[in-house]
Amino acid sequence: MTTLDISAPGSASATGDAVLSFEDLNVTFKTEFGDVHAVKGIDLEVRPGEVVALVGESGSGKSVTSMTALGLLPRNARVGGTIRVGDKVVGGLDGRGLRNMRGNDVAMVFQEPMTALNPVLTIGDQLTEGLQLHGIAFGKQAMARAAELLAMVGIPEPERRLKQYPHELSGGQRQRVVIAMAIACDPKVIIADEPTTALDVTVQADILDLLRSLKDKLNTGILLITHNMGVVADMADRVAVMLKGDLVETGTADQVLNHPRHEYTKRLLAAVPHLGSGPGQFGDVAPVDAAPEDLPALDLGNLVIEYHRVGKPTFRAVDDVSLSVAQGEIVGLVGESGSGKSTIAKCALGLIPAASGSVSILGTDFGKLRGKELKALRKRIGVVFQDPASSLNPRLPIGDVIAEPLVVHKEGDDRSRRRRVLELLDAVELPRSVYNRYPHELSGGQRQRVSIARALTLDPELLVADEPTSALDVSVQANVLKMFTALQERYKFACLFVSHDLAVIDLLAHRVVVLQNGRIVEQGPREEVLHHPREEYTQRLIAAAPVPEPLEQRRRREARHALLNKLGDDVAELHVEEDYERPRPKQDEGANPSGLGGFMADGGS
Amino acid sequence: MSDIRNSNPGGEDYEPQVSVASTDAIGLAAGGSAAPLPGEDKSYSQGQLVARRFFRHRAALSSMIVLGIIIIVAFTSIGIGPIPGWWPNSYTLQYDKIGDGAPTWQYPFGQDTGGKDYFALVMRGTQFSLIIAFAVGIISTVVGTLIGALAGFYRGWVESLLMRLTDVFIVIPLLVVAAVLGKTASGWGIWGLALVLGLVTWTSLARLVRGEVLSLRERDFVLAAQAVGTSPWRIISRHVLPNAVGVIIVSATLSISSAILLETSLSFLGFGVQPPDTSLGTLISEYQAAFTTRPWLFWWPGLMILAIALCVNFIGDGLRDAFDPRQNRSKD
Repeated sequence: MTTLDISAPGSASATGDAVLSFEDLNVTFKTEFGDVHAVKGIDLEVRPGEVVALVGESGSGKSVTSMTALGLLPRNARVGGTIRVGDKVVGGLDGRGLRNMRGNDVAMVFQEPMTALNPVLTIGDQLTEGLQLHGIAFGKQAMARAAELLAMVGIPEPERRLKQYPHELSGGQRQRVVIAMAIACDPKVIIADEPTTALDVTVQADILDLLRSLKDKLNTGILLITHNMGVVADMADRVAVMLKGDLVETGTADQVLNHPRHEYTKRLLAAVPHLGSGPGQFGDVAPVDAAPEDLPALDLGNLVIEYHRVGKPTFRAVDDVSLSVAQGEIVGLVGESGSGKSTIAKCALGLIPAASGSVSILGTDFGKLRGKELKALRKRIGVVFQDPASSLNPRLPIGDVIAEPLVVHKEGDDRSRRRRVLELLDAVELPRSVYNRYPHELSGGQRQRVSIARALTLDPELLVADEPTSALDVSVQANVLKMFTALQERYKFACLFVSHDLAVIDLLAHRVVVLQNGRIVEQGPREEVLHHPREEYTQRLIAAAPVPEPLEQRRRREARHALLNKLGDDVAELHVEEDYERPRPKQDEGANPSGLGGFMADGGS
Repeated sequence: MSDIRNSNPGGEDYEPQVSVASTDAIGLAAGGSAAPLPGEDKSYSQGQLVARRFFRHRAALSSMIVLGIIIIVAFTSIGIGPIPGWWPNSYTLQYDKIGDGAPTWQYPFGQDTGGKDYFALVMRGTQFSLIIAFAVGIISTVVGTLIGALAGFYRGWVESLLMRLTDVFIVIPLLVVAAVLGKTASGWGIWGLALVLGLVTWTSLARLVRGEVLSLRERDFVLAAQAVGTSPWRIISRHVLPNAVGVIIVSATLSISSAILLETSLSFLGFGVQPPDTSLGTLISEYQAAFTTRPWLFWWPGLMILAIALCVNFIGDGLRDAFDPRQNRSKD
């Protein structure tokens, strides 16, 4: 073990014995290609009222670690070491004991609230299920308790919500329901596996506020699994950094995030884009040198896009949007999910028609072209999509993938195409040997490089990038962004860069367009929009984006709460009544350990 | 169709090289670490992975061997067309009966009522049944893939039209249509019968392929191809169908085994292969009365049908497992 444990004993809010502890945890998976050692002997503990963040990139074994606490691993897994939840040793429990432990002692908050809830059961049914299984409350009593739980997590009209189905709730509300389910049986520890990754930033900030007040008021321990350093800075008391199944560094949030000692942690932190620092972190962005009389690379005029739905009124996804991208300029298009940013990107690619308004590429109107002319215009636009797993045809080797646009436009012969592909592979910093590889043999970052190479094959004047780095790990994202700025400087393409990540936009864009519900809220130069936002929505958006520095994040959080108060909104928190009675499962009456002091205290947010 | 075959498993001319990065390799289940995997220095194309999994499926592999033997024996023993086989007896000549025609060393499958060599007859029947089954499999696969792909890719009125057509074919009782058309078509020999059967059995594949294409056409690489200006035909043949090849191959295999059974039923009912030609179904039909007195006349063709259908089904199972290993890859 090379762990550098620099946490002071009995730090911060840690009180009492650990509610969750891993001792020398080893997990091995048997696979078709031999054994995979996913977790290699780690030690970690979570104390009551403490948030321990387990960070690491995909494949580092952090989810596997958390799943062992619930005894929920696939059958091909072998677990070694000791896992204690409260006073129970997980390895020593049988099926019945495990089921009794799940929910009662340890509960889980999942990443994707839509799939964590069963779509065919009402919220009430799902909330009361746990209560009934653990013998806490039945029938009307259970329903009353469920309503109380919903009220606690801040869902208005809880009685009505109990009768609704998951699809009737928004993403943030669903995640609140998942949290309500997790605290239903009053577990000692909650494992939150990327609880906010699937949510928009403003919703994420609310959910984090809720989780924070939850541990303060109920004195629950939280094991927070995340890859987002901003979330870590916002939430964590202690941080444990995982790399390839090993714990490389543990310590308080301040120690790890501000004074990292391990090389990997330093690299990881350096790779996180920092909102507010502007361009320069991953290479400078070249200034736009287009003359004003040059035609814009992309010009959207009063664009309206509608989706026709059978049996329902037409849905207006984009409403009266006008924006233009000058040649050589990077325009960042930001907004939360459902704001219509991807729809605009697809329309700019000519993949969906405009209901009204105009889309013109270098002065040519997309809507008026057919056949050959349309094909010729498409040659001048490149595209990069979000998901590296689905944006490459799994049946074509990389060389063919990149050469495909040349073949489609009948340019060059086999030799010149091969030359062009190799040139592009060099440009996106991939070894030439990937020429004959298949997409599944590459990592996510490498695949995204291939996507970018394919987009540049025809030397386009405009590149449309739809969240090109959102699915990547931070260190990979940093490399891809670095490469992207270098490529932009070299090839001077204009770019419509769609992202929900303000920090990434802050690094790259010359100008920023903020969208909400299909309409433009604010647009202008980057410094103006991101650093001195005029519109209320932009202010909220920027205030909600977490930064990876605990002290600064605390300041930002307080500033956000002040902003919310000024705008007349509530700060999300757990509402615990004075006479709140902790549920006691019938089985271990009287065995409920201490911790009663914790919830009475009016935890302070 | 050639595009589908080109991208078939086997990986043809792919040569494994030193791996660039295999942390995302398909086999890496359960979000494991980047620990060095055995065989990491080797890389597999998708086709090779499929082949690897298929050859590990014991039932499928042995079925393939058994089916191979049946095919070889059926075609070489009595020969086909002008090419003579190695079996000394002909299936048309009547020989002197030994006893009541029970199996002997000279006539291993026995002799029929008129003294014909039953081994030669069964081999002839097997030949015909196999030809019909494979022809039906190929025809129905081509038609089903084409209709399913067009409907799934174009959506709109093309889809409505093609899928309603499919519905019409589904609601007509298969056996009745096949019987009526088969009787007419058997005038053109077995190829006519195969054509007719192929043209009425493509429906299930069309629906499967349509479903697969519907999900594939939403994938980003299809959008990317469209954005570059790729023609619809090229998108279907190069980007969509090769990715649906798993569904197509599995379904094709299973349609072969159902074609054998359909041909048998038709011939048994007297609507299929007409004498003097013979097929396994015709043989059973002809000698059904002999079941109690000379059971071998029933059992040999019966066992042959059973063996072929079982083998093809096992191969289909193996292929399905190989193409869709349902690996539970969990995120981390």
